[in-house]
Amino acid sequence: MIDLDLSPRYEAFRDECRTWLLDNKPDRALESMDTPGGFEQHREWERVLFDGGWSVPAWPAVYGGRDCDLMEWLIYEEEYWSSGVPGRVSANGVSLLAPTIFNFGTTEQRDHFLPRMAAGTDIWAQGWSEPDAGSDLAAIKTRAIRDGDQFVINGQKTWCSRGAWADWIFCIVRTDADAERHRGLTYLLVPADAPGLERRPIGRLDGEPGFAEIFFDDCRVSVDNALGEEGQGWAVAMAAAGSERGLNLRSPGRFMAAAERLRVLATELQSSGDRIDCRLRDEVTDAWIRSEAYRWQTYFTASRLMEGDELGSEASLMKVFWSEMDLELHATAMRLLGDRGELAPDAPDSVDRGAWLDGYVFALSGPIYAGTNEIQRNIIAERVLGLPRR
Amino acid sequence: MRFSFSAEQDMFRDTVRDLLADRCSPGAIRASWDEDGRVAGLWAALGEVGLTAVLAPESVGGLAMKEIDLVRPIEEVGYAGVPEPLAEHAGVAVPALAEGGSPGLAEAAAAGEITCSIGLGAGGRYVLAAEIADLLVMERSGELYAVPSGVITLTPQPSVDQSRRLCEVDFDVADATPLVGADPGVASDRAVLFAAAQCLGVARRLLDATVEYVGTRHQFGKPVGSYQAVKHQLSDVRIATEFAAPLVYRAAWSIAAESTTTLDRRRDVSMAKAVASDAVDRACRVALQCHGAIGYTIEYDLQLWLKRGWALSSAWGDARFHRDRVSESLGI
Repeated sequence: MIDLDLSPRYEAFRDECRTWLLDNKPDRALESMDTPGGFEQHREWERVLFDGGWSVPAWPAVYGGRDCDLMEWLIYEEEYWSSGVPGRVSANGVSLLAPTIFNFGTTEQRDHFLPRMAAGTDIWAQGWSEPDAGSDLAAIKTRAIRDGDQFVINGQKTWCSRGAWADWIFCIVRTDADAERHRGLTYLLVPADAPGLERRPIGRLDGEPGFAEIFFDDCRVSVDNALGEEGQGWAVAMAAAGSERGLNLRSPGRFMAAAERLRVLATELQSSGDRIDCRLRDEVTDAWIRSEAYRWQTYFTASRLMEGDELGSEASLMKVFWSEMDLELHATAMRLLGDRGELAPDAPDSVDRGAWLDGYVFALSGPIYAGTNEIQRNIIAERVLGLPRR
Repeated sequence: MRFSFSAEQDMFRDTVRDLLADRCSPGAIRASWDEDGRVAGLWAALGEVGLTAVLAPESVGGLAMKEIDLVRPIEEVGYAGVPEPLAEHAGVAVPALAEGGSPGLAEAAAAGEITCSIGLGAGGRYVLAAEIADLLVMERSGELYAVPSGVITLTPQPSVDQSRRLCEVDFDVADATPLVGADPGVASDRAVLFAAAQCLGVARRLLDATVEYVGTRHQFGKPVGSYQAVKHQLSDVRIATEFAAPLVYRAAWSIAAESTTTLDRRRDVSMAKAVASDAVDRACRVALQCHGAIGYTIEYDLQLWLKRGWALSSAWGDARFHRDRVSESLGI
């Protein structure tokens, strides 16, 4: 059955959500979460969300959520991004790690890690990529050798978003030195203050230092920190890779909000005398249409998931679509701004305090992280369309 | 909020798909070119499964269903490459006749006893299958008329697609029956919607045909479909159809929904056609490129869908036209 109207229950939920967000929105914009001060400001915002019951609405109440269904979560995300509240420093943990803990964690792991993640007590970073294992993730070399009830980790991880100040890192490491490729890997949770762990911030393209590389030198963690079975790390990790590419990481709400801001920017520039030719106007409208396409495709997918279906390789379709939509949207903004596009936030003539340039530079990372779009297109071709691997 | 088709809706779509696969093969389409453009027996068979009666009320023997029930069957019409004016008849003429106070004509059309086509406003200047239609639903000065075939003057405007026999149609309103109560704006939105649905079907057909071809065609000792350069192009077509389809279904729902205003409805329909036209344009380009020279031949059946794709992409307003309408609604 198809009914695209929101029921009164969902409308009431939307109102509740919107009211809370507007009532609790910080007075001033926070600093970037990829600076030391901004990181802690964002952690405080996580606490505000948690205290209000809005940090992880889709989780069970026992871990700090409010048992929202998928539609409520999508509505929450729409309201979240349109209200203009700060971004989520907890996103890596909440969207990438938490689904794996729900699926594979022991009762002790769930009870310990999930409430702390919900409250912003523990902020997580992802430690998957290595200097020689990017798109080819199965080439992981970081080793964790079992010694009694501990793993001894040696090696290097890199490109860890929020890695510079995160409290914990979720890693994939090689626990069987003789195994190759996808075998002999283990999913391991590592506290950032473990002896033998060192991290070094990497200056990102936007100049901010939250990105990090992480070095392990005889770093010891308890075997209880393995998530899922020893040696099963690939399967455990891939179960979450779907959520990263698809629904969990990038809900439509943020793109709908961005497309609406772009529309407003275009109309404001137009009324202040800028000439917007028909081609540029088409681009603005196209960004808006694409955000609607992503929204309805997501509702379409969510309806299927609510009926018990699972999201498989189609997640790759979503990842390519949202990352390229976001990039096009911001590229359009840069074209609208013309010679003001390059201005830094403190330049007298900067528009929206340089937010469009920041957004553009950030959007450029979308087709790279969470599996490059080249890899995603291979997955679509091979697993969705059924084309031969070789 | 629920956005998933019911088992009954799936079954109806599958019935139409199977019937078309059986009765409307590429061979049957080509054979129709040498005749009057019809596939023998097809119209009656589609009438029997109820395709022509979906949008007619029960009072005229219709199924009293909505655009959302017809949108995927019409997608199948595109997928099969049907050379008859089914979308125009079932999607636009039947409800217009019913809403316009012509129950007798509506009943005959819903039963599939007569064949109708349409000519409306800017997007529908060239009337499909006017030579074989018994009745045309035409727009004149913002009003709709039922025009019998006996009173029309035709000027053929041959199309690149031999299945699309187009004509300019002239008639005297004195010879026509005004369809009072039928909204030309709604009729036009339905025409755009069902053209978008067919674009989607054509794009999917082109994709399926190309995936099959590149999986079997070998060069340098392996299937050409194993090369990334080919894979990535086909993935892009799959992405385009994946994200166009929900907007087309959403527009189908909007037309009948009480909660949508005229402006919402028009914007939803235009968004649907813009993305569906873009999707089929891309599908045409990629399908031909990935087939290579064989796709460029008149003998090979790919041409049936390439030409339908080119035609439908711009019929009832191309992507630019509809994006422009969306721009206006957004105040840009």
